[in-house]
Amino acid sequence: MIDARGYSCPMPVVMVQKEVKKNAPDTLEVLVDDPCAVENITRFASNNGYEASSRPTGDDEFALTLVRKA
Amino acid sequence: MGKSKYLVIGTGVVVGLAALALTAAGNPANMGFCIACFLRDIAGGLGLHSADKVQYLRPEIVGLVLGAMFAALAGREFRARAGSAPALRFVLGMIVMVGALAFLGCPLRMVIRLGGGDVTAIAGLIGFAAGIGAGVLFLQKGFSLGRAYKVKQADGFVLPGFMVAVLALLIAAPSFIKFSQAGPGASHAFWLVSLIGGLIVGALAQKSRLCMAGGLRDVFLFRDFHLVSGFIAIFATVLIGNLVLGNFNAALEVQPVAHHDYLWSFLGMGLVGWGSVLLGGCPLRQLILAGEGSGDSAVTVLGMIVGAAIAHNFGMAGSADAMTDGVFTAGGVAMSGRIGICIGLALLLIISLANLHKEENAK
Repeated sequence: MIDARGYSCPMPVVMVQKEVKKNAPDTLEVLVDDPCAVENITRFASNNGYEASSRPTGDDEFALTLVRKA
Repeated sequence: MGKSKYLVIGTGVVVGLAALALTAAGNPANMGFCIACFLRDIAGGLGLHSADKVQYLRPEIVGLVLGAMFAALAGREFRARAGSAPALRFVLGMIVMVGALAFLGCPLRMVIRLGGGDVTAIAGLIGFAAGIGAGVLFLQKGFSLGRAYKVKQADGFVLPGFMVAVLALLIAAPSFIKFSQAGPGASHAFWLVSLIGGLIVGALAQKSRLCMAGGLRDVFLFRDFHLVSGFIAIFATVLIGNLVLGNFNAALEVQPVAHHDYLWSFLGMGLVGWGSVLLGGCPLRQLILAGEGSGDSAVTVLGMIVGAAIAHNFGMAGSADAMTDGVFTAGGVAMSGRIGICIGLALLLIISLANLHKEENAK
């Protein structure tokens, strides 16, 4: 899991990119607190072979789940 | 093409149209919108510098911040956050402004200048891209200014509140507020027109996340062309608009509020690109984020205002080429400006190296 809460863009996407490049996980959970980060990570995921879904976790925070496409 | 792509391209088109309309309504040529120039004018209007040709409380800036604030409140995206290296952000804001004022424009005006046929701005574009490349390199090496934290909601209204005060001072016009009688500061649209233009662009930029530095940064970092499409839309709109209106003048000769000092235009915009990547966004984006409640961006904007004052007080801002009665006078960047840019580059290197962090691995 990546905790990118408190980081402004592009840091959350950079953190996700590093993890994807390094470990190519099948699934990845990311916590963010910036709606812009949700959009950017979702776009990054779709451009890099992942499907992303997000859900609000309360208190202006979001959890994203990235699943590698088959 | 997704809805968000239409939004960022549509925002670019509206920014381009607003720039054309504001120029037609009285703003300086190729300067319908310029964040650096307008913050510099506000610094002058408040008496923070004494360059009497660039003093005016620009309502466009007020509109951008308030438009972003209203859009963020309406979309439930207003979030008061602060604490991500505010002092460094203040310094970075100053550095970005020194670079932009040496070139004579922020990234937004750079695109507007290019759309007007000002080929001298190409040096700035190349420098801007090079600076973004440098910033991206450090991002990939682990650069970060750290996390921001929730603060009291009222903290998020500091810069919008400051902007309301600027607007009140503009309208009330007390004697201590400066108004240029000649030069770029004296060229402006009626304040309400400027304010409305700023409000519209501010709201759209908040929704679309438009960012001039972010566009190229995302191309370099992720091969993502989403944000850069807004950048291209502004250029295309301004170019077509100027061609239609007969204002397009592709030439190396005297251009409005511009100079031929290519090396220092390149290095000045290099400062802007690199500094903007470290800050997480260009000067326009900093205004929008401050409107969304970011205390860190509010501090950055204040740093930019102080940077503008210092740039003019120390003679670091570029001077424009001029043609008077057929006599050409070359502008450019004076020695103090060149020293300022070199110091800025050294500071950016130190800040970049000092804020490299070990990778935060996934847990």
